[in-house]
Amino acid sequence: MLVLEKNALTDEIEKLVLKYGTSRSSLLPILQDIQREHRYISDFAQQEVARLLDIHPVEVNSVISFYAFLNTTPKGKNIVRLCQTISCDFQGKKAVAQAIERELGISFGQTTKDNKITLEYANCLGMCDQGPALLVNDKVYSHLTPEKAVQIISEIK
Amino acid sequence: MEKKMKRKGTVIFSEYTRGEGIKKALQKSREDILLEIRESKLKGRGGAGFPTATKWMLTAAAKSDVKYVICNADEGEPGTFKDRVLLLEYPELVFDGMVIGGYVIGASEGILYLRGEYEYMLKSLEDYLDAMRKDNLLGKNIAGKKGFDFDIKIRLGAGAYVCGEETALIESLEGHRGEARNRPPFPVNRGFLHKPTTVNNVETFASVSHIVVKGGQWYAKHGTDKSSGSKLFSISGDCEKPGVYELPWGTKISELLELVGAKDTKAVQVGGASGTCIPKSQFDRILGYEDAATGGSIMIFNESRNMLHVLKNFMEFFVEESCGQCTPCRIGNTKLLEGVEMIENGTYTFGYINKLKDLGKTMQVASKCGLGQSSPNSFISILENFKDEIFNGNGGVHGK
Repeated sequence: MLVLEKNALTDEIEKLVLKYGTSRSSLLPILQDIQREHRYISDFAQQEVARLLDIHPVEVNSVISFYAFLNTTPKGKNIVRLCQTISCDFQGKKAVAQAIERELGISFGQTTKDNKITLEYANCLGMCDQGPALLVNDKVYSHLTPEKAVQIISEIK
Repeated sequence: MEKKMKRKGTVIFSEYTRGEGIKKALQKSREDILLEIRESKLKGRGGAGFPTATKWMLTAAAKSDVKYVICNADEGEPGTFKDRVLLLEYPELVFDGMVIGGYVIGASEGILYLRGEYEYMLKSLEDYLDAMRKDNLLGKNIAGKKGFDFDIKIRLGAGAYVCGEETALIESLEGHRGEARNRPPFPVNRGFLHKPTTVNNVETFASVSHIVVKGGQWYAKHGTDKSSGSKLFSISGDCEKPGVYELPWGTKISELLELVGAKDTKAVQVGGASGTCIPKSQFDRILGYEDAATGGSIMIFNESRNMLHVLKNFMEFFVEESCGQCTPCRIGNTKLLEGVEMIENGTYTFGYINKLKDLGKTMQVASKCGLGQSSPNSFISILENFKDEIFNGNGGVHGK
């Protein structure tokens, strides 16, 4: 990471700390904002958060590792999450999953080479009455068919 | 996404205008509201069924300058989506209930813990809170009541099922890993930031808003003696009309199946992955805290479904979602999943499966929180109720 980039990131995190405060309970909102902006929380970002909240960097790392929606390695620009829980499963999740995998040429858990899309499974998205369901970043799609899913994926920029 | 409210009952979806409950509550004393809620016999709608009046009384009685009201909107139980409908279509019921809670227990801050998967609702909920602030239903001297200040903020979860457990949720709000705490002390005495805290389900708050307006007696008229009022059921699986249904407690499973247009039903999973699987022979059981309890999740499986596949899906879920801090849950769920895979591959022995059922019973008593205490339920109930299909040639390895 360049010094300039580091300084920019530090500025950004300082602003977040100003916004949410320095108490420990601000940790998750701060990490969530960094995640949203950069799609991962780098080692340097973790150290800066730890320094500004006056906690050990290992604490920050431990919290990130606990939550499925926070990660310490870069992911794609968009995260596609397909619900794998039983109601969606019975409504045709497998066919949808295979169609997406074929179309993108990657498996679940992987990122496309152009870093555009990371493909993941999620547990129950609360759309059981309209499955199979898919989250693209924070947008939800329901009643998927393989064709419709591929259409949605192809429109992702 | 479409709106999926299928059946509006006469309790939760009875008429209600925004702020009605708050204004009515602020004319009464705290004690009167508590008595009203006690009379309604309202129990926690998350599934555990703790009497709401008792919880609020304990929080109100706890000595502290600072207290908190937390709304648990970390709806992660497989097959549950009633909170999604409540928050999207009836936020007034939920937020009014939180303000009333704040007034009763003496809190000035409320937090809605919204699961990360529901981030798409955040904007509309924030806008709604802003509108409440403009109407003086949030903020200082609410609805003209001098000295009653209360505001609500929304915090997002980050994809952890276990955070639906109230002490894990509090840990998460405090910026820690979402690992459940030992109890006691209970949150009513030492909750968020070690202050007295009441944590209630979205639907519980919605019920309170109605009870304050229409009275505890009116509420208790619905449902059964041990389970008063009505309940929102999230119906999914093999039926013609899935969606959210409001039905009185005490409804028979067979009645519900008819209502939603379910045919050739083999099994009904009541209470989500952590609930129990009820076979056809027991469809005359009733939904209620005294019999088949549920936080709302009802999943219907017809004759064509492989129950071992259902069980495997549930166990994979628990292995993934166990937080890992206590051994019975961390290791136990892994062992149960291995057992399911052995059955699938035909490498099991009955002796070992029986040992796993015993392990499940150990997990039910030895796990630290509700996750590990309830995750063996489906393992035990599915293997017991569907042993013919799974072991005797109609399913499993020899499956159709």
